[in-house]
Amino acid sequence: MIISVASGKGGTGKTLVATSLALSLKDREQVQLLDCDVEEPNDHIFLKPVITISEAVCIPVPEIDEKKCNYCGKCVEVCAYHAIAVFPGHVLVFPQLCHGCGACSYLCPEKAISEVGRKIGVVECGHSDGVGFAHGKLNVGEAMPTPVIRRVKKRANHDGIVIIDISPGTSCPVVESIKDSDFCLLVTEPTPFGLNDLILAVETVKELKVPCGVVINRAGVGDRKVEEYCLNENIPVLLTIPLDTEIARLYSRGITLVEGMRQWKESFIGLFDRIRELVDERSRSLKR
Amino acid sequence: MKEVVVLSGKGGTGKTSIVGSFAALAKSKVLVDCDVDAADLHLLLQPARRERHEFWSGQTAFIAEDRCTQCGLCQELCRFKAIKDFRVDPISCEGCGFCSRICPTEAITMKENLAGHWFISDSRYGPLVHAQLGVAQENSGKLVATVRQQARQMAEKEVADYIISDGPPGIGCPVISSLTGANLALLVTEPTLSGIHDLERVLGVCRHFGVPALVCINKYDINEDNARHIESYCRGQGIEIAVKVPFDNAVTEAIVRGLPVVEYTEGVVSIEITKLWQNISDFLARSQGGTDANI
Repeated sequence: MIISVASGKGGTGKTLVATSLALSLKDREQVQLLDCDVEEPNDHIFLKPVITISEAVCIPVPEIDEKKCNYCGKCVEVCAYHAIAVFPGHVLVFPQLCHGCGACSYLCPEKAISEVGRKIGVVECGHSDGVGFAHGKLNVGEAMPTPVIRRVKKRANHDGIVIIDISPGTSCPVVESIKDSDFCLLVTEPTPFGLNDLILAVETVKELKVPCGVVINRAGVGDRKVEEYCLNENIPVLLTIPLDTEIARLYSRGITLVEGMRQWKESFIGLFDRIRELVDERSRSLKR
Repeated sequence: MKEVVVLSGKGGTGKTSIVGSFAALAKSKVLVDCDVDAADLHLLLQPARRERHEFWSGQTAFIAEDRCTQCGLCQELCRFKAIKDFRVDPISCEGCGFCSRICPTEAITMKENLAGHWFISDSRYGPLVHAQLGVAQENSGKLVATVRQQARQMAEKEVADYIISDGPPGIGCPVISSLTGANLALLVTEPTLSGIHDLERVLGVCRHFGVPALVCINKYDINEDNARHIESYCRGQGIEIAVKVPFDNAVTEAIVRGLPVVEYTEGVVSIEITKLWQNISDFLARSQGGTDANI
């Protein structure tokens, strides 16, 4: 089962929820934590995993053999990303713009284009005290996180419980990360910002046809509109974490909630049980 | 005209609350929300929408069933695994158009995506250019470029002194698009290990694109040891700490009221944010050159 942990707004507590959920389950399930926030991965700060595998993530970009090239401009015509420019007697490739679709090399009439790997990031895998771990890191200055996310997700062990920590927002990296999840936990805070971005996140998971539930973090800080919204939209609120400076301090030091305050372990196990019920219910209703 | 963009790497460090306060503090400016995935600045500025524009960007493949012979070539060649059972999954399709070019029966056409909307609004603090990316759409970087371009044209027209942009979290495409060509990046961080880790990466992006940076440590008293660590790290990097802002529930209360925090409280938070804007305008006054309106 794949559970993704997302939020529209940043800083609502995705990492806190993902790491504590993984650690709470490790005694009774085979559990793996995948950090798909490849722009700003943070789970390793809390889990301090032993990294056993590290592999470069490359995307294929065109390399032009100017001995064969006759500067016909076909590659420029077929490139949707404007990653190639042809001048009389010269071809320029802009590798940062290339998505690696392969159209130029396949369609070049002179077979003058081959593909070479361009490194855009790294995926590291390992384990931390009984929890399987993998994360990706996009190289600083690179624009495209999705190829790195895809490689992190390839590490998923589908026999166990996979928890995916996701970047904030609602655009392509978030969609790529949530896709194919059995359930998506949306972590929010009870403020107008939290609510506005929760609504956007709910629209995104609906588009992806992934069932969702909400975790309200820093409860007590703002207003009750997030709860009202969830009630009206029939979205279950599965866990509430209060505003507590002790929790904030633990987080600041890189200590997970369940390790710093052990009484929370039961709540996270309860959260997981509710998710499993919801996923089972849904799969029964889909079969019907 | 000078442009400052507020970034953080990590989300939720307080970018929007600070930009909302700058809106109230800065005199002649155009405001921009470059967080097109999850825009929140309008919730503080409460603007009236003046213009709404469609944002068409990117393409999606469509297979005409009556022409498709199910030869499977498109499925074999699509690098994004966007075609399954001779149907296109629009969410996976990256719009490269490769399939439409190699289909032997020309059954595949590419259609433009309505990828979102952008808006020009009037707030009591001045004009705001903002946007909303469509659900599950790509090209957030291009939408950011569009809102920045509009803001520049407007700032030229109105002879505004500043463009103040609320940036997105992360370090990828929309961040790069928010940052390139700006005069200054204000990096808002918090004294958590995650905040520090993410600050280092976003600072790397600023360096990569040659944009000078200032740092603001928000909620510094949550962990003063970490705050000191950030200070010494920044000193080592030759980056100035503009101010340290303490944690105060008034920031959240102001959000609930839909007000910039400097208009909600006269407490230390507001004093420090006022100092921060002063530091930024001093920095911009010293920096050479304006922003090119045609980037």
